[in-house]
Amino acid sequence: MSARPRDPMLPRSYRIESVESELPGGEVFSWTLRPRGGELEVGQPGQFNMLYQLGIGEVPISISALGEDGTLIHTIRDVGGVTRNMAALSAGEEIGVRGPFGTAWPVAAAEGHDVLLVAGGIGLAPLRPVIHHVLANRERYRRIFLLYGTRQPADILFRKELERWRGRFDIDVAVTVDRADASWRGDVGVVTRLIERGGFDPRNSIAMVCGPEVMMRFAVMSLERRGVPARQIYLSMERNMQCAVGYCGHCQYGGHFICKDGPVFPYDRLEPLFDVREL
Amino acid sequence: MDDLAQVFAEEPFFSGFSDAQLRRLAGLARPEVYQNGRYLIRQNGSADRFMLITTGHVVLKAFVPQRGMVPLETLGPGDPLGWSWLAPPYKWHYDGRALERTEVIAFEAEGLRQAMEQDHELGYRLQKRMIEVIAHRLQAARLQSLDLYGNPAGDLP
Amino acid sequence: MQVIEREELDRLIGLLAGDGYEVIGPTLRDDAIQYGPVRGIEDLPAGWTDEQDGGHYRLRRRDDRALFGYVVGPQSWKQYLFPPSQTIFRARRDADGLHMEPAPVQAPKRAFLGMRACELHALAIQDQVFTEGPYVDEPYERRRGSIFRVAVNCGQAGGTCFCVSMETGPRADRGFDLALTEILEGGRHYFTLEVGSDAGQAVADRLSASQAGEDEHRASMAATEAAAAQMGRQLDTQDLPALLMGNLEHPRWDEVADRCLSCANCTMVCPTCFCSSVHDSADLAGSEAVRERVWDSCFNQAFSYIAGGSIRSTPVSRYRQWMTHKLATWHEQFGTSGCVGCGRCITWCPVGIDITEEAAAIRATDQRRKRRDG
Repeated sequence: MSARPRDPMLPRSYRIESVESELPGGEVFSWTLRPRGGELEVGQPGQFNMLYQLGIGEVPISISALGEDGTLIHTIRDVGGVTRNMAALSAGEEIGVRGPFGTAWPVAAAEGHDVLLVAGGIGLAPLRPVIHHVLANRERYRRIFLLYGTRQPADILFRKELERWRGRFDIDVAVTVDRADASWRGDVGVVTRLIERGGFDPRNSIAMVCGPEVMMRFAVMSLERRGVPARQIYLSMERNMQCAVGYCGHCQYGGHFICKDGPVFPYDRLEPLFDVREL
Repeated sequence: MDDLAQVFAEEPFFSGFSDAQLRRLAGLARPEVYQNGRYLIRQNGSADRFMLITTGHVVLKAFVPQRGMVPLETLGPGDPLGWSWLAPPYKWHYDGRALERTEVIAFEAEGLRQAMEQDHELGYRLQKRMIEVIAHRLQAARLQSLDLYGNPAGDLP
Repeated sequence: MQVIEREELDRLIGLLAGDGYEVIGPTLRDDAIQYGPVRGIEDLPAGWTDEQDGGHYRLRRRDDRALFGYVVGPQSWKQYLFPPSQTIFRARRDADGLHMEPAPVQAPKRAFLGMRACELHALAIQDQVFTEGPYVDEPYERRRGSIFRVAVNCGQAGGTCFCVSMETGPRADRGFDLALTEILEGGRHYFTLEVGSDAGQAVADRLSASQAGEDEHRASMAATEAAAAQMGRQLDTQDLPALLMGNLEHPRWDEVADRCLSCANCTMVCPTCFCSSVHDSADLAGSEAVRERVWDSCFNQAFSYIAGGSIRSTPVSRYRQWMTHKLATWHEQFGTSGCVGCGRCITWCPVGIDITEEAAAIRATDQRRKRRDG
């Protein structure tokens, strides 16, 4: 092996070991990936990889879980384009992976604090490795809250895992949906309503929020109203990303490059820009 | 009754109310308990009380022909239940059903309205608090209607 | 400071070619000064000058035979170091799986003749973007490592020049191997020569040069002072980043966007703009593919596309992004302005939008002041 750092623009080959449909109809699916030859480049919760499909294109996808024995799990939503093509791939095929890139969730800084994980829709996937981490190191954290809002009961991601976490006595899991039919017995309402229920020590909490930008804006307002300081609220931002290393310019957000200064930012760094439209 | 005044003095909803105001409210209040599945309010029923949930959860539901009872919003500890008692015709617009054993403090609405008329200080404070609740719920309802989590590419086949 | 006569420049070009450099310099092509291969001084645009203003560029005859009597044309040197299109890798699929091979990098030895002070600054700015962050753009670094820089100081300013405001010119103070200043005086045509590096010294040592006398020294300094006094535009940079970032909702953005065609010309001619996109394409069988990186522009609507739509869907937000990046957020990212005052974006804008005028308009109606006072 040479000492030269790996070319960040060149993907490595990863084999899709398994494909799991996360939602009915396969709109959201997870890949378990294993590098062909060489070690897995282990990422931190919150970081992302660029996933490349031969001749089709590349998409930035947050790490959804660090699998066991050197595998990597990505959860992908079919939003058309490249992801539509990816939805058609099967286990055994190979894709290219560049990464991991970007900043991580503050799992170390959150030690000794209450941890509030606020997820909206597919935004649960980038927070999932945080849940794995804090539960694996449970003694390092105070209370842990997972507040998850999604569109409707059928769209609840990682349902089995959620049920397992819900069965534990050392994490508070609340799931709410925007709309439901008569058979739904759980919460209905936006995820911000779950924040307003409180139960955490706001000054001593670290909040990590991931979801559509509008949802994050309202979540921040609710957290601040509850007394969580801006510097203790972390968001994962999304912009067009192509190079992932700060050359291509697409992901600029004010002076930030989402790819290398983010995607995870403490809210006090975003605050001056957060309400500016079309930035 | 002083015990009850003590109980809801600790509710965030009543923070900032004076002791005298709390005592006056306590005179109109009584605790109620609803078992899982029981209705706290019924659509079109008389909005004859104002309730503050202390434990448990309540789901507000609307009846929609062909779809049955559609849940609209879930309320939990600390949440006031309903504001139809504040404005004519004083009738509930939705059903409210306990999702588990639920305890509330219930205030008799007619007496509450009279007290608010007679004591504008109390009336102002209560209205102000209810406006906050209504504003939050309206904002939340608008957010719900935005369908934020829908697939940006549109509904997939 | 030394002096070489006009004919010695021809020898310099020959020496560099002899050292294996492809010498690139200003040439006359398609009614514009454009960079291209130069074999000797006869390839340079002797006796030509340019007339520039917002949306306006014309070549004119000079009444002398100056070789560098014009300012900058539509091109910049970035095309040689950060090419408009480059292959990043080739991929193929076979029975073993997927294979990706980086594309070979072409890094020819090139001598850039006639780099202006603003262009040297632009080069330093692109160096920062591509080589001084956590990752290094290796193809850029290799091409960058293969160049020899011959600066030519400006003896006159163009109608859209404002390097004095940006403190990037008109005299090159660093970042060159050799720097020339052209003097035509009393029938004599010569250059003063300054050395900026060891590589420059090694070449200068082989030239027939004399030590500059007091008059020659004075003439050299006077040439750039004259240019400095002639700036066609100026930009007040005092507190500019805070001014622009405090006026993101200023109505002026709407006004300029009414004129802006989103044509991206300004970003293509800008010597510091570095945005690019990647394009993937495959053969018909779908077993071989290539990834290319091409210049892109924040004026293109697709530039900010994420699933569901573009973040910057209006020309208002795109112009604002470009100008605030150049003049404000660039400081945050790289510690300098992203503008070197070359004026190309003004000259080559088909509707003559002028970055200096836009900045001045916002300064004149600073909404922060209004908010504070109001």
